Amino acid sequence: MFVAKSIAADHKDLIHDVSYDFHGRRMATCSSDQSVKVWDKGDDGEWHCTASWKTHSGSVWRVTWAHPEFGQVLASCSFDRTAAVWEEIVGESNDKQRGQSHWIKRTTLVDSRTSVTDVKFAPKHMGLMLTTCSADGVVRIYEAPDVMNLSQWSLQHEISCKLSCSCISWNPSSSRAHPPMIAVGSDDSNITYSGKVQIYEYNENTRKYAKAETLMTVTDPVHDITFAPNLGRSFHVLAIATKDVRIFKLIPMRRESANSSGPTKFEVQVMAQFDSHNSQVWRVSWNITSTLLASSGDDGCVRLWKANYMDNWKCTGILRGDGSPVNGSGHAAALSQIRSSLRESS
Amino acid sequence: MEEVDVEPSTTLIPGAGFYQKHLGFEWGPGDLIVYETNYKLQGNESCSPSVHIVRRDEDICSPILRKLFSESHLIFVGLQKIKEDVPSKNKKSQFVSISKNYRSVIRACMEELQQNAGKRSHDTHPVSILLAIELIWNLCEVLFIDAAPAGSLLLQLLDWVRLHKSDVDAKAREVLQSDSPAQHQSYWDVVISLVLQGRTDEARQVLSKQASLRAESSSVFKRMDGLLQTMPIFNPTGTQTLTEFEVKWRHWHEECDRCLQDNTFASNRHLETICKILVGDEDTLLEQKELLSTWYHFLVTRLLFTHPTIKPPDLHYYAQSSMNMFLGPRASPEPLDIILLSAFEFDLHQVIKDCSIALNNWWFVAHLTDLLDHCKLLQSHNLHFGSNLREFLVLEYASGLFTHHSLWQLAVDYFDHCPEFGRVYLELQIERVPLDTERKAIKVLRICEDRQMSEQVRSICKIMAKRALRNNRLGSALSWTIRAKDAAFATLISERFLQDYSNKGSFTDLDLLDNLGPAMLLSDSLTFLGKYREFHRLYGEKRFSEAARLLLSLMTAKIAPRSLWMTLLTDALPLLEQKEVIFSVDQTYELMSCLEELNSGTKHSNLTDQDEDIESTKTELLRLALARNLTMAIVKEGTIET
Repeated sequence: MFVAKSIAADHKDLIHDVSYDFHGRRMATCSSDQSVKVWDKGDDGEWHCTASWKTHSGSVWRVTWAHPEFGQVLASCSFDRTAAVWEEIVGESNDKQRGQSHWIKRTTLVDSRTSVTDVKFAPKHMGLMLTTCSADGVVRIYEAPDVMNLSQWSLQHEISCKLSCSCISWNPSSSRAHPPMIAVGSDDSNITYSGKVQIYEYNENTRKYAKAETLMTVTDPVHDITFAPNLGRSFHVLAIATKDVRIFKLIPMRRESANSSGPTKFEVQVMAQFDSHNSQVWRVSWNITSTLLASSGDDGCVRLWKANYMDNWKCTGILRGDGSPVNGSGHAAALSQIRSSLRESS
Repeated sequence: MEEVDVEPSTTLIPGAGFYQKHLGFEWGPGDLIVYETNYKLQGNESCSPSVHIVRRDEDICSPILRKLFSESHLIFVGLQKIKEDVPSKNKKSQFVSISKNYRSVIRACMEELQQNAGKRSHDTHPVSILLAIELIWNLCEVLFIDAAPAGSLLLQLLDWVRLHKSDVDAKAREVLQSDSPAQHQSYWDVVISLVLQGRTDEARQVLSKQASLRAESSSVFKRMDGLLQTMPIFNPTGTQTLTEFEVKWRHWHEECDRCLQDNTFASNRHLETICKILVGDEDTLLEQKELLSTWYHFLVTRLLFTHPTIKPPDLHYYAQSSMNMFLGPRASPEPLDIILLSAFEFDLHQVIKDCSIALNNWWFVAHLTDLLDHCKLLQSHNLHFGSNLREFLVLEYASGLFTHHSLWQLAVDYFDHCPEFGRVYLELQIERVPLDTERKAIKVLRICEDRQMSEQVRSICKIMAKRALRNNRLGSALSWTIRAKDAAFATLISERFLQDYSNKGSFTDLDLLDNLGPAMLLSDSLTFLGKYREFHRLYGEKRFSEAARLLLSLMTAKIAPRSLWMTLLTDALPLLEQKEVIFSVDQTYELMSCLEELNSGTKHSNLTDQDEDIESTKTELLRLALARNLTMAIVKEGTIET
């Protein structure tokens, strides 16, 4: 049912994150070898590495693209306690012919005292805003007021979560009915603060982020968190990677009084829960239309989850390494096709 | 509806899982990237050098199947346009014809694939899938869309079987064209196959070859010929009622039976077999397994010779038993068999569900369900269920198309006809179409503009503007910015234009600047840029007094940014130094006050000595020129024309 094609990534150490750009024509990979590589998809459909450079002095945990409205911009975060913003410079014609491009560092964000575990750009309708979270339990929101000058970033908000943070996710909804909302997950094993997912909402009046909700039922360490694309619904959908995969529905409750002080209250429902990984789940991610959720677990599998038109969720596919080493130097892209189907072709 | 738990399939990624056991992933457009990693470790020397791109093994990539998608798209759009108020009887024939259109597109595609089959080995897989699809679709057309009643039902099922068992014709041709057909080894196979398909006239024709040879047994052949000739076939358009037909058929059936009892055909075992078939003897029919080749052929043949007036609701009983009898106790049914069985049981939802699972492309279920929904066949359960199912499948299909570099345009029409989620799906996905060329960007924009998707329009224009700006194509950047109606960016680009002008002394993209029109008002800087260019144009056309007026207004109306006043004043110099007086006294006074205002402002300390010298020289020159002009203007205005 699936076909796999491999590309030699040539990182010298573990790859921790891979990120596609908005149009799916470029890709960034980051690794414990402290570097980031950028890949471009050519007209021939093949991926070529167009840049590779050292970005940090420690393992690079995550890399992410800004919306193309802001140009070609990447952000990375690392164990070295910093996050960095990179911009691609239009190169000399020589470089273009060689298929190389240059990325230069626009800024380093050094406010964290511990490893920076996640970095995400906020939805584009909020402007050019970058968010980081760290093991020191602080979520930091930065803004570049002048989108033409990416070396100027100001720290707009510092949210203290009291728990070591592992992941963040912005609600992508740009509807005016929903104020900006960010979910923070924690992998802290602290049992005093048992709710490991916190939801913060921006308040227009106080101009600050305030906690709207803590998901008290999530008591185990959370490794990844992601809002689903909104699709014009009135409620929000949030997927969480913890000891299992959980999908929550957050329904904003109508305010009783006219005053709009205080964050929105939510009714929290569990839409689905999957324990098929039978182990810790490390990553969850939605596809563009939020019709498929993928999760990756300790069992070495990536599982795909889909809801049918009756809103029943089921696993529709599993990916797993076959445990074989890659042959050869890995420079040539190896084309391999595996078909495992429910029915044999006649 | 019962949800049978189907185990999800596992795909193994070669080259992963050897060094580290975790799999990382990221969603891409239509695919997933998967890579070996370890979420618990910080770094480890041993790691896989590769990442893997994984995508669904869909047939979307075959160019011949793409033809299927684009032609069926036309049929789909045509179907949506059928008006609600047409009376249902006419609509049924319309729907049947649309169903036939879809099927002919499938067949055309199959034929093309079969022609190319020699060239590429992995095209055989889609051919068999298309065969199955057409088989199922045809059966659905007979049972659901045409909804044939008893009598016609069997005839249509016979057509269905004949259409999908074309090897009989080939064999028959071969036999008839041989030197002595009666001696051909496939002779009797052909005769029996034709009888099994109810093609009695053709069977008689082939039999006649035999009869002419053996004079002594000709009476036996004549007898068989007689039986075959008199077999009643129901005529749906005729005047005979079903009951009358049934009576006639019974008489004929009894006559065949008598022949068996009398051992009429004992001398020829082949004819005896045929007679047993005519009587509908199950064991004999089962003996013809190889010629029948499928259980549904067996089913239809069985019905032909035992219950030709079968009613739709009774079909499923015979279908189930036929399948069991044919397959035997050891063989288990294939997914295709189960789908056909569900169709015979008139369980439409089961058919759709099983097809969704068994086929790895949504094309079939989406289009078939859409057609069935138009026939109002999906609303039997509850109101929302039917339309939700159709929309769900169409959305799935269209979303799959969107990842393709040219087929995505077809997907737009499908989204347009999904009332609940179509628009928002389109908004989400159209933003992601890679804007490789200006032409493609304009195509995408037109789609968004036609649907008033203003945010998407703005975003796409902004992306293009930004890209153009990065590559220093200011004119392109400006026109995209105007289309995006982005005032802030327009200001930025105007400033870049002006910067360019100060550096090079001339404007680029004159065509664009000269024809800004009302778009100029998007931002103050842009207005200035447009007007400033107009000034230059007026000067070039020697319309000096108009140019002068414009120049002055730019400064006094405060449209010009302060930083450019010096440049503007310097532009005024040639006008001041013309032989004839252009600036009036009042205008000259205004210019002078502008100059003084400029000089009274804070001095820029970051200017080099050399720059400061240049600035003061300029100021001196201007003062001189202004003074000279003033005198000439005073004189001119003071002179009385005689």
